[in-house]
Amino acid sequence: MSGLKREGDPVHRLEALRGTTPQQPHDARAIAALAANPGCTRRALMDGAGIDKDAAARHLGFPAPFGQSPFAITRGNMFEALVKADGCAELLRMLRELLDLPVAEVAYHDVENVGAHLRHAHTRSLIDRAAAEGHDAGTLYDHPLLSLEIAGHTAYLEPDVVAFQLGGRFHIVEIKSFAVIDGQADPAAVAAAARQAAVYVLALRTLLEELGHDPLKVSHDVVLVCPENFANRPAATLVDVRKQLAVLRRQLTRMTTLDRLLEALPDGLNFDLLPGEDGRPTRPVAELADALRRTTARYAPDCLSACDLCFFCRDEARQEGASDLLGRQVRDELGGVASVAEALGLADGTRDPAEGQEEIARLLRNAERLRRECLT
Amino acid sequence: MSLLTSLARLRALDEGIAQPVATVRHCHLSERPMVFIPLKLSGEAAAPLAAMLGTDRDAPRLLVVTQPRNRDLRFAWAAELAGVLLPYVESFLNDTETVERRNADPYERALDAPQLIVPNLAGVAFTRLLGRSTRFRRPDGPYPVPDVVPLLGRWLTYFGERAAYPGSSLMTAATEELGRHWASGQSGLEDANLAALTAWITTGPSDEAEDPLVWPPAGPATDPGFDAEVLAPAIESEKPERITEALRTQLEPTWRLMWQAIDLLAALPEGPSVAQRWEHDRGSFSAMAVHIAEGAPPQPRRDGAITAAAKLARMERAQAAYDVQRAYDDPLVMAEYRLTGEAFAGEVAETVPDNTEGEGRSRKLRPLVVIKTDDPVRLPPGASLGTPQRRGQGAELVDAGQGLVTIKITKGMGRGKTPAPGAVPEVGERVCYTSLTDDFQGSPALPDAEATPWTHGGPPQEYVPDDEDAQEEWS
Repeated sequence: MSGLKREGDPVHRLEALRGTTPQQPHDARAIAALAANPGCTRRALMDGAGIDKDAAARHLGFPAPFGQSPFAITRGNMFEALVKADGCAELLRMLRELLDLPVAEVAYHDVENVGAHLRHAHTRSLIDRAAAEGHDAGTLYDHPLLSLEIAGHTAYLEPDVVAFQLGGRFHIVEIKSFAVIDGQADPAAVAAAARQAAVYVLALRTLLEELGHDPLKVSHDVVLVCPENFANRPAATLVDVRKQLAVLRRQLTRMTTLDRLLEALPDGLNFDLLPGEDGRPTRPVAELADALRRTTARYAPDCLSACDLCFFCRDEARQEGASDLLGRQVRDELGGVASVAEALGLADGTRDPAEGQEEIARLLRNAERLRRECLT
Repeated sequence: MSLLTSLARLRALDEGIAQPVATVRHCHLSERPMVFIPLKLSGEAAAPLAAMLGTDRDAPRLLVVTQPRNRDLRFAWAAELAGVLLPYVESFLNDTETVERRNADPYERALDAPQLIVPNLAGVAFTRLLGRSTRFRRPDGPYPVPDVVPLLGRWLTYFGERAAYPGSSLMTAATEELGRHWASGQSGLEDANLAALTAWITTGPSDEAEDPLVWPPAGPATDPGFDAEVLAPAIESEKPERITEALRTQLEPTWRLMWQAIDLLAALPEGPSVAQRWEHDRGSFSAMAVHIAEGAPPQPRRDGAITAAAKLARMERAQAAYDVQRAYDDPLVMAEYRLTGEAFAGEVAETVPDNTEGEGRSRKLRPLVVIKTDDPVRLPPGASLGTPQRRGQGAELVDAGQGLVTIKITKGMGRGKTPAPGAVPEVGERVCYTSLTDDFQGSPALPDAEATPWTHGGPPQEYVPDDEDAQEEWS
């Protein structure tokens, strides 16, 4: 994964884009979200430069519609504490059952004990030793800190737990507080957890590779721990994240080609929020909005559940009268007619189809004729 | 979604008001629907927080769990909910009709049935979870609950499952029904917001619809800001009245929207096939009531292989029938098939009412009709056709081209030497023919449950209620 590292120009260019704004660290959720809308240049650039999109959206007057209830946060923390209580005793019980392992005793390392600044180095040496020695005893690493290079920057990632020597391999353990009821969970929640876990698998594999070990010692099966039914009792399931890994790798490789996107930018363009002494952005809103508009966004309604800038881009799409507003399905159905006015013009016959639009124009005219006939 | 609906969405966006995608109402609307708006505690699988419900728009009932983490209060809430819902459900059981069946005993079918209307699909899913978390409880044993609670669980489970059945109106989500009749100028994802969708249909798009301070979410999830700033301090204060009033502010706006949605749907004339589908609903409801009365066990956690396959086959047939019936009931729905060439409409240009085929004893009456149409017909000669104008009739396509389609009527024109009066359309009449037909499809041959093959897990274990189910934590 050394291909992810980039030196020289693009990094400076990204720093220039960010200006005086402090860099927003990527967490696993943010990295996973990169895969959600790979075609969006605006997002790729802002993420590449490490700009706080949430702060930018607030400043622009389009705060993101996300928020987490304090009840949900409390419940999530309680559940994680329960799973990790007494040196992850509950987790060990589940792993024994799930992976059918005769693990009698396991060592438990809480990496957090060494203090925040040393956690990454400590994780590194622990993992190195474990991979080299291949001792029989199982080990659970709590609060490990991994890293991954994202477009020239190091992102630090905190998986919930890394379990080693379960079938001779490392397993990422992901603790989530959404319930699995009678063997079924919310598919969207499971998909999000799998994407996030894939980021950790990739980071751990990268680490092993750097240390000269076989990266495939990290299993592509992650252990997902969720409450079972309506109780707080945890249950573990194996989730295969190979597909998410492939998507993520492709995305990250693509991010390293940001230079191409950067080259296309006008000189002097930057997304600096100009934070004041209290950290609040001071840049004139119109100026920032104008800078953002000079990069192309690819708005889709799905952004509403994934991207902090969604309301800003939706507003832009509204002003442009883009058919993207209505969703990918409508957009696909219109086969390349991007604006609402253009599509309606073709339907009304007030606009002549451009080359290649003859078929969709004929269909739209026919649809318009039928609607009129049925509604009058 | 079809191109026709996409065009309607474009038009809605352009004109700033939703556009109709149906000319008749395709769902049954009860004279006395039970509007049910449940709220749940964030972060929990199925912890109820409150519900506003009732059949009278001027008198909603508000049920609140004043200490959402208290298990006893939660069951007390479920009992209160049962106190409203069960009498409503049972009020439909007294008036019945006897239905005669071929090869089977006659049965009693309720003349009318309950109808639960929730704001959105998440409301349906939560109703199912409420059903799941209450139907295995027991009024006796180590963790007794009020005896109406397990019964409520079985009914909620039934309604939740029935909501997934195509064409059923026993339990519907307001956003889904509105979306079936109007196209808004926003995406399907945004249509799940009841306030936003209603605004598109009535006054035009409104940013306020997405402001939780103006229009609180229609549940079951509450607004995180409300949770943090209002609900959490209210729970902290341990004052039941304060919690109740806080939740009332979150539910009342949605309550008004729900009745507005019902009024919008009620203003549309009912489609001709709606009564037929409602009859199925009444039959299903009566069967469920008998099932419970006979002391059958609660619905299993998961269906066995045979039950699941049979259910799926029934739902597929219901979906096919629902699609066909909607097209026959509604020219605007039929237009989608005309656009793809599976149907055509036009004026009758010429007829040969006494056309015959064959000689002697095998001589058959086959009236010919020539129709002039602007529709792109993509049907091969020999395709069998039906028509919304004469529902019992069958026809066959003879030839199509240059805006003229020739068909011959093969069924439903009488047995005489000349067609029955009115059976053959007159010259100048507007007609529509389609390859879409609601032909009876037989059920697939499935083995008995006891004969489930090993590939499908073998015969399912019979459900025996056990204490573990009854005591399952609900935290």
